[in-house]
Amino acid sequence: MPAFLFWIFALVMLGFGAAVVINRNPIASALSLVLCFMGLSALFMSLDAFFIGIIQVLVYAGAVMVLFLFIIMLLDLRAETRRKMKVVAVVGGSAVALAFFIQVYSVIGQLSAAKQPFPPLSSPKMDDVHSVGLLLFSNYNLPFQIIGVLVLVATIGVIVLSKRELR
Amino acid sequence: MVTLGHYLIVSGLLFTIGFAGVLLRRNIIIIFMSLELMLNAANLSLVAFSRFRLNAAGIPNYNAQVFVFFIITVAAAEVAVGLAIIVALYRARQTTHVEDVSSLKF
Repeated sequence: MPAFLFWIFALVMLGFGAAVVINRNPIASALSLVLCFMGLSALFMSLDAFFIGIIQVLVYAGAVMVLFLFIIMLLDLRAETRRKMKVVAVVGGSAVALAFFIQVYSVIGQLSAAKQPFPPLSSPKMDDVHSVGLLLFSNYNLPFQIIGVLVLVATIGVIVLSKRELR
Repeated sequence: MVTLGHYLIVSGLLFTIGFAGVLLRRNIIIIFMSLELMLNAANLSLVAFSRFRLNAAGIPNYNAQVFVFFIITVAAAEVAVGLAIIVALYRARQTTHVEDVSSLKF
C-alpha cells in the first residue's frame, strides 16, 4: 500500500477520533466514531488483515454504533448544556493524557524494531480468513466456546437490566 | 516509508484521544465511546505487530489476529451490557451526566 494512503487514513481516523471527544452533540460524536472506525479498518487492510478490517466495519460501524445511536435517540439526549468545568480538572486531565503520550512516544523511540520497515509477504495472495478460522477452531477452540457463553450471559444480563423493575 | 513505529505512534495517539475523552468529558455516553476508542487503539498495535513478525513461511502471525477477534467480540458484549446499564440509570435518575451520579463518591 502506498505511503500516502497510510497518512490519509491515519489522519481521517485521528481527526474523527478527536471529533468524538470534542463534539458537544452526542449524535455527532457517534457519527464521528463511525468514520473513525472506517479509517481504522482501512489501516487494518493496509496491514494485510482483511478479515479483521471487515469484522471492524461489520461489528463496530454496523452493530455497535447502531446500538449507540439507538440509545442516544431513545433517551432523547440533546446537545449538552454548557456546565462550568473545573479548571483544575481540565488542566489535570490534559496533563495526564499528554504525559501518557510522551511516555508512549519515548518508549517507541527507543525500540529498534520500530524503525524497520515491514518485511514483504511470501506471496501477495492472502487467505487470512482461512488461516484465522483454522486457528480459531483448533488452537483456540476452548476460548472460542467460552466467548460464546460470554455473549449468552451478556444477552441475559441485558434482558434482566432492561426489565421495568429491578429486584 | 511507513515503518512499524508509525503504526505504533498512531495507535498511541488514538489511545491518548480516548484517554483524554474519559478524563475530560462528563457525558457518560461519550465516556463509553472513548473507551471503545482505547480498545481499538490496542487492536491496531496488535495487528501491526502481527504483520511485522512474519513466521518462517513468510505469512503474518495470525495468533494476534485471533486475539483481536476475541477483543472485538468481548467489546460488543460489553457495549450491550454497558448501554443497558446507562438506560437503567436514566430510568432511575433521568440523567447521563456523571457528576449527577455521586452516591458512591467519598
